[in-house]
Amino acid sequence: MSLLLNEEQSLLKDSAKAFVDENANLASIRAKRKEPKKAEIDPEKWKKVVELGWTAIPFSEEYGGLGLGYAELGVVLEELGRGLVDVPLFSNIVLAGGVLDLAGNEEQKKRYLPELISGTNFISLAYQEGARHTPNLITTTLSEKSEGFTLSGKKQLVLDGGSANYLIVVCRSSGAETDREGLSVVIVDAKAEGVVVKNNLLLDGSRAANIEFHDVVVSKEDLIGPQGQGADTLDKVYAQASVALSAEMLGSAQTAFEMTLEYLKVREQFGAKIGSFQGLKHRASRWFCEIELSKSIVLKALRAIDSNDAKKDKIAHACKARLSSSFHLSGVEGVQMHGGIGVTDEHDIGLYMKRARVTELLLGDEAFHREKFAALSGY
Amino acid sequence: MSNLEQFRSSTREWLKENCPSSCQGPDNSLPDIIWGGRLQEYPDPDVKDWMEKLVGKGWTVPTWPEKYGGAGLSKEEEKVLREEMNAIGTYSPLYSFGISMLAPALMEYATEEQKLEHLPKVASGEIRWCQGYSEPGAGSDLASLQCKAVRDGDEYVINGQKVWTSTADVSDWIFCLVRTDPNAAKHDGISFILIDMASEGVTTKPIELISGASPFCETFFDNVRVPVGNRIHEENKGWSVAKALLLHERTMLAETSRGGASNVPERRSLLQVARDASAQPEGVIPDASMRNEIAQTQMDTMCYEATLQRTTEAAKAGQGMGPEGSMFKLYLSELNQRKADLRQRINGADSLIWDGEDFNQEDKEITREWLYGKASTILGGTSEIQLNIISKRVLGLPD
Repeated sequence: MSLLLNEEQSLLKDSAKAFVDENANLASIRAKRKEPKKAEIDPEKWKKVVELGWTAIPFSEEYGGLGLGYAELGVVLEELGRGLVDVPLFSNIVLAGGVLDLAGNEEQKKRYLPELISGTNFISLAYQEGARHTPNLITTTLSEKSEGFTLSGKKQLVLDGGSANYLIVVCRSSGAETDREGLSVVIVDAKAEGVVVKNNLLLDGSRAANIEFHDVVVSKEDLIGPQGQGADTLDKVYAQASVALSAEMLGSAQTAFEMTLEYLKVREQFGAKIGSFQGLKHRASRWFCEIELSKSIVLKALRAIDSNDAKKDKIAHACKARLSSSFHLSGVEGVQMHGGIGVTDEHDIGLYMKRARVTELLLGDEAFHREKFAALSGY
Repeated sequence: MSNLEQFRSSTREWLKENCPSSCQGPDNSLPDIIWGGRLQEYPDPDVKDWMEKLVGKGWTVPTWPEKYGGAGLSKEEEKVLREEMNAIGTYSPLYSFGISMLAPALMEYATEEQKLEHLPKVASGEIRWCQGYSEPGAGSDLASLQCKAVRDGDEYVINGQKVWTSTADVSDWIFCLVRTDPNAAKHDGISFILIDMASEGVTTKPIELISGASPFCETFFDNVRVPVGNRIHEENKGWSVAKALLLHERTMLAETSRGGASNVPERRSLLQVARDASAQPEGVIPDASMRNEIAQTQMDTMCYEATLQRTTEAAKAGQGMGPEGSMFKLYLSELNQRKADLRQRINGADSLIWDGEDFNQEDKEITREWLYGKASTILGGTSEIQLNIISKRVLGLPD
């Protein structure tokens, strides 16, 4: 399968680029620090995203989707990443939308997807419990009652959780706390009794909530996928979300690189442009190679999802491992090569380094994916 | 039937009639590479017969024009030819610096007469070429070379020394960079010249490497007389030819990963070495750092191959970025070096043995490969030179 963009994808890229040029606003990231507890999605920006059709990309046409694939979604996410544009496409469409799309029944899809796509509903996926991404470490329990279930437990790092109307919650209906067997997935109203949402601002300006569930009543109809078999769905969602996030990271890494390359060409010290010093130009060249490798593996991994490639999971692990390391490199090299100005809040490069750290840890860092790659390879 | 399908069926027919049975299939007797040249020997007469038939069809270099010894095939036809050969487990084993490096430079810079003289002999494998670029005082700083050519009537008189002339001891001709104007700026006084190694005054001496192997030589020129007609391109404009050729060299070095050779004897994989060393025939390898390093090299290989695919496609679509050969040369040589290092390290005590009474030949090879691999980040432009090229030509960073 070709790793180049087709004509449709190129047009999509152009329109995403135009959107980012108009809507990237790094000052707004800094401004959020004044109200760290506030959780609100910029309605104007989100409206434009909806109008451009991006929320509809991966879903089937019968639910109001465009029936396109991850290759297309990746094009948009990469451009958004370039400008660190803060819209909840990843949290709502990739994570929550991914669960509904893969495991939701007909009724659930009809109920939630059209409104997710039209931007009137916000849904977040509450999966993480441990400090690091450990997919099967789930202690939030789903207990069976005479009519339905009750849900109890605590989640962290729920992306855009504070602005969600609904929460899709990964919980345990049986088994010990790290068993793969026994995981279930339910959807609950964020305003339901017993749901306590605590908003946090992350270091990159994105928002995530810690959410407690105290005996929250869940009906049988709100179980997504078969009870106790949630891990099969979740593994697929995590794999494709890792790739989608990688696409966004790729965009950000490229901007950090380009910004720094420009600085190397204009900043003078010792009577010369600092980009003429081998100590910097060789590092810039190695960094360039990392970006090129990152581009290729992202394109390959996105296409592997769409074509249901037999190796798609292995490729996804290679992809997120690479982007975790290359975006990290882009952040730290970007700051270091900018020198003093790089560690000031005034300069944008620091925002990219912060974003790198957040995305690096989301859905597993390089070491996590390397181990998964080894496991899938049989060693 | 389309022309391409017609070509496919006639190719299949021809292969059926002409490819000796010992030169097909998984256990064929074809060597990985036949380098050609006057010293080439064919212990197996079938292989010689197969080579002659391929040469007759122009299929050693199928896309070259017929007048230069090729078959004038289009890219699509070449692909069909390759597919049909693959289908019966055969291939054209002829491969040489003449084909991969010299010929593209000649196609671009030589006169028609020069092309007609030299290219057919490259295509047929009659002449084996080696490269005379580096000198003892001109390694990474290649353009400072001193081997001089002084005009004397219709001849140049060549005096000087070349080093790292790969396979010079078994080659017939050498393509050389020589200084024709000692007073010009260093890039402006160089000419590109072709020299018959049988000329009086040419001597070669092998260089032994840290691995014990000696694929490289030193080559000496003592008043060697070469016709002026052997110069390619204008006098003192040889640096342009040299640069074009270096680009092809890097591409060749980058492409070696594509594994043109199909029947390399199966050595233990890196993973197998790890399994043997940790007595863990299956399942999870207990040493986490070993596991991680193996996974890292495999993931890196996956990323590298995807990049090769992407840039190949981009080049075909006319979106090539140009000097990407430097990136591939840099990355592949370092990746292979890392793999060789890891393999040797994991193999442990067994691969510390240099020679003696009780050792396994493969362990010895693992060590030799690790050592020989150290040359890969130096030859064809060191990693540091590739980084210079990337920063200048791709990133546009100032000198």
